[in-house]
Amino acid sequence: MGLEWMYWTVPTAIFFIVIFLLIMGMLVWELVSPTLVRRGFLRIPTTRGTRFFVGLLGTAYIHLVWIGFTDLNLWIALPVSAVWVFTVMRWG
Amino acid sequence: MMEKWEDNRAWYLVLPVFVVVAFSAIIPLMTVVNYSIQDIFGPGNAVFVGTEWYEEMLTDKRLHDALWRQFIFSGLVLLIEIPLGILIALAMPKKGWGVSASLVTLAIPLLIPWNVIGTIWIIFTRPDIGLFGVWINSLDLLQVPFDHTARPLYAWITLMAMEVWHWTPLVALLCYAGLRAIPEAYYQAARIDGASAWAVFRYIQLPKMRGVLTIAVLLRWMDSFLIYAEPFALTGGGPGNTTTFLSIYLVKLATGQFDLGPAAAFSLIYFLIVLLFCFIFYQALLNVGRGEKIS
Repeated sequence: MGLEWMYWTVPTAIFFIVIFLLIMGMLVWELVSPTLVRRGFLRIPTTRGTRFFVGLLGTAYIHLVWIGFTDLNLWIALPVSAVWVFTVMRWG
Repeated sequence: MMEKWEDNRAWYLVLPVFVVVAFSAIIPLMTVVNYSIQDIFGPGNAVFVGTEWYEEMLTDKRLHDALWRQFIFSGLVLLIEIPLGILIALAMPKKGWGVSASLVTLAIPLLIPWNVIGTIWIIFTRPDIGLFGVWINSLDLLQVPFDHTARPLYAWITLMAMEVWHWTPLVALLCYAGLRAIPEAYYQAARIDGASAWAVFRYIQLPKMRGVLTIAVLLRWMDSFLIYAEPFALTGGGPGNTTTFLSIYLVKLATGQFDLGPAAAFSLIYFLIVLLFCFIFYQALLNVGRGEKIS
């Protein structure tokens, strides 16, 4: 079965590969050192996976706000998101 | 304390579901992501456009209007259905034949297919032959004759009435189940203390219904946020665009105008909004049983 109907592009392929690798990385991290439930600035009990999800969701919103409401270069949103993900993973 | 073994092999049982979800949801979703950054002209003919559709959709006034309409609609749904459902549950008989009778009566709207509900309400409110439409107009109270296809206000009233008729029973049934689960001892203690009906409601029934009420709020919020079939059948998004909710606008864009790229970008924005609410509600639901005990 061909994949033509999915209309793959290089950017979306890279996007999904990175997401997939991040999830695999989370799996390996979990196997190496299992997560502990804790509370951070999100005020809810979170595992590492929950914080990862919040991080990615926040990243999506940051990019949407960037595209929709600023004229700045979209690439700047990436480091901003990275800072956000790190903040959530570390203190969330 | 009993010892427990950690055994993650049970996760293999989830595998079939994962495969099904991969084919029914994840792969189509990936395709939508691919669509959202291209202009699709036809099979095998697509041009990369980057974030253009996202820019277009995020600044699209019709989308903003649909989003606000959606929030107002879902907010009204909660404001009306939750208190009404509680009232109905409180008024329902607690024993005897009335229990089955009221449960069956309440369940009827929930059993009807959704677009049939839209059709029922079209016929019910038609100004020429509808029971309600003809009756309200025969009273001569309204300055403009009632016609839900002509006036936005009437369309909204009809839509809200339909939604409330359709889904309040669910809230009522959930609340009734919550009420029936309260042990009689609480009421006896309240009687001994000479508590008023309001005090019984405020300090016994309402706290004990917290769990089912959370579920009711979540279900009604999500369902009304994703609503499609009933307003599509009843008003088709009209008059004008005044009852065009997110899903109706999305379908217009995708299958009406065949703008696959913008529709895909819209879908993903919609998806992200739903995902955010799902996460918040899921967390709320997880913590409802635990209450404020965790610090």
